[in-house]
Amino acid sequence: MLRIIISRLTQGILVIFCLLAITFVLIRLMPGDPFTGEKSHAAHIIEKNRENFSLDKPIPIQFGVYLTKLTQGDMGDSPTREQKVSTIIKHSFPASLILGICSMIVAICIGIPAGVIAALKKNSLIDYGTMVIAMIGISIPSFVIGPLLASYVAMNVPLLKVAGWGDPFDWILPSITLGAMTGAYIARITRGGMLEVINQDYIRTAKAKGVSQFNLIFKHAIRGGIIPAVAYVGPAFAMLLTGSFVVETIFQIPGMGQHFVTATKDRDYFLLQGVVLLFGTLIVLANLAADIALVLLNPRLREA
Amino acid sequence: MPTEKNAAKDVIKGQSLWSDAWLRLKKNHMAVISMAVLALIFLLCFILPAIGNFNAPEDPAIRAAEHWFKNPNYQNLNNTFAPPSGHHWLGTDQSGRDLFSRLLYGGQISLLVGLVATTISVIVGVAYGAIAGYSSERTDSLMMRIVDILYGLPFLVLVILFSLLISEHMKELSEFLINDWKWESVFVNKYANLIPLFIAIGALGWLTMARVARAQVMNIKKQDFVEAAVSLGLKKSTILTRHILPNMIGPMIVYTTLTVPSFILTEATLSYLGVGVQSPNSSWGILLQEGSRYMETNARLLIVPSIVFSLTLFALNFLGDGLRDALDPKASKD
Repeated sequence: MLRIIISRLTQGILVIFCLLAITFVLIRLMPGDPFTGEKSHAAHIIEKNRENFSLDKPIPIQFGVYLTKLTQGDMGDSPTREQKVSTIIKHSFPASLILGICSMIVAICIGIPAGVIAALKKNSLIDYGTMVIAMIGISIPSFVIGPLLASYVAMNVPLLKVAGWGDPFDWILPSITLGAMTGAYIARITRGGMLEVINQDYIRTAKAKGVSQFNLIFKHAIRGGIIPAVAYVGPAFAMLLTGSFVVETIFQIPGMGQHFVTATKDRDYFLLQGVVLLFGTLIVLANLAADIALVLLNPRLREA
Repeated sequence: MPTEKNAAKDVIKGQSLWSDAWLRLKKNHMAVISMAVLALIFLLCFILPAIGNFNAPEDPAIRAAEHWFKNPNYQNLNNTFAPPSGHHWLGTDQSGRDLFSRLLYGGQISLLVGLVATTISVIVGVAYGAIAGYSSERTDSLMMRIVDILYGLPFLVLVILFSLLISEHMKELSEFLINDWKWESVFVNKYANLIPLFIAIGALGWLTMARVARAQVMNIKKQDFVEAAVSLGLKKSTILTRHILPNMIGPMIVYTTLTVPSFILTEATLSYLGVGVQSPNSSWGILLQEGSRYMETNARLLIVPSIVFSLTLFALNFLGDGLRDALDPKASKD
C-alpha cells in the first residue's frame, strides 16, 4: 500500500513538473508579453518591468528562478493585475473547489444508483430508459444545459437565481449543469461493472447460501461492481475542474476559470502558471485518492 | 462426402467479419436511426449550401430578399430577431442574419473540426500504440509511461495554449501565402483560422487511441498467424503493417466513431470560451454562445442550435455504441 502511494506520488510530481514546464515554454513562445498591449508605457519602463520579472533572461534560467521561488512558497506577482498570484488564487479558488466537489457529488448520487438499478433490471424497460437518458446526458454539453436550467428552472423556483454566487442555494444549478455529463458516464460504467460481477461464482454461492436480496447487492455485489466507476472518478474530477470554465462563465461564478482564460489572453505568465500548478496538483491528488480507494475496494491489488 | 450443391451452399453461408457485423448493426434500431440522422445532417450541412449557392444572385441584398438560400454572413439590421417565416425558415439572429444558413455553415465547420482532428489523432494514436505494443518490453513501458504522464495533464488547458500558439504563427504563414504566393485571401483566412484547432485537438487527443491500439496489438501478436509470419522470417515492420494493423481495424473504427463527438464538443467548448473558431467562420459552438446571450428574449436562437448539436452528438455516440456491439462483441460497455 505504502509503495503504491509512494510510486504514484513520484509519478504525480513528474506530471506536475511536466505540466509546469510545458505551460512555461508555450506561453513564452507566444508573441507579446504582459507589458505589450493596451496599457502601453514608455520603452524604458517596459524594459525595467521585464527586468523585474526577469523576462529578459533565457527561458531555462527564468524557469530555474521560478522553481526556486516556488520552493520558498512564492508564486510570484501578476504583472497585469499588480497583485500577488497567491492572493488572486486565494480569492477565486474556493468557488471553483466548491463547484467541483458539489458537481462530483451530484454525478455520483445520480450515476451509481442509476447504473446499479439498470444492471439489476438488465434488458428491461428501466434498463433501456436509464441508458438512453445517460446517452442524452453525455451528448448535451453544459453550455446547453446551463442556460436552459437558468432560463426555465431558476425563473420559476423562488430560491434559485439565474446567476451569482452568494448562498448555498446558488450552488445547486451550476453543480447539476457540470455534474450531469459525468453522472451519465458513471451510470454507464457502473452498469457494466455490476453486470460483470453479478455473473460471477461468488455471487451465485452467496445466493445459494440464502443471503437476502438486499445483502446480496449491498454487501457482495456493489463492492466489486463499482470498481470501474471509482477508477473513473479520479480523472473525472480533473475534467470537472478544468471543465468548470464554461459553467463559471454561464452562471457568473467568481472562480478560477475566468482567470485562466484572461491570463492566457493577457500573457499574464505568472498567474497562468499559478492556476495551472494548482490544477495539476488537484488532478494528481484526485488520481491518488482514486487509486487508494481502488486498493481498499479490491484486496487483490494489495499484493502488487 | 459433400456434394457440389452442398459445397455451393456453404460458400453462400460463409460470412465475413464485415457482413456479420453489418447484420448485427442492422438489428440495433438506435444505431440505424442514428445513421439516418447523421446522413441527413451531413447532406444538409455539405450539400444544401452547395446547391443553394449554385445559381444564387450575386448581389447579397437581392439574394437576402429573394433566393431561398441566404448568405450566412449577410447582416440586415432592419430585420433582427425575425421569427421563422417562409422567407427565413428559422428566422434571423441579433444582426439580421439568416439562422438556417448560419446553422448549416456552422455545422460544416464543426463537423470538419471533428473529422479532421479525429483523423490526426487516429494516425498518431494508432502509430504510437502499435509501435509501443510491438516493441520490447522496455520501450513499451517507457512509451506508455509517457502516455500516463500526458494523461495527467488537463486537456482543455493545453488545447487552449497550443491552439493560440499555432494561430499566432498561422498569421505569419497566411500573410506570406497571400502576399508572396498570391493565394486567394478569403480561402486562406478561412482555413488559417481552423488549422490551429485541427492540430491542437488532434495532437493532444490521441492518448486513448494509443492505449486502445496498444492493447489490440498485444492481443493479436500472441496469435498463431503472427507466429507463423515470424517463423517465415518476415521483417518486424512488415508483420506490423501487413498482418497486425489490418486485424485491428474493427475496434479502431469503434473508437474513432466515439472520438468524433468528443472533439466536436471540445471545439464547441473552445468557441464558447472565445478561443476557438474565429470570424468570418462560425460554428455550432459560436451559435450556442451567441444564443445563450439572448435566451431570455429570443430562446429560439439557443434552442434551435442546441437541438441540432445535441442530436448530432447523440447520433454519433449511439452509432459508436452500436458499432462496438457489432464489431467488438467482447468489449464491455465503457
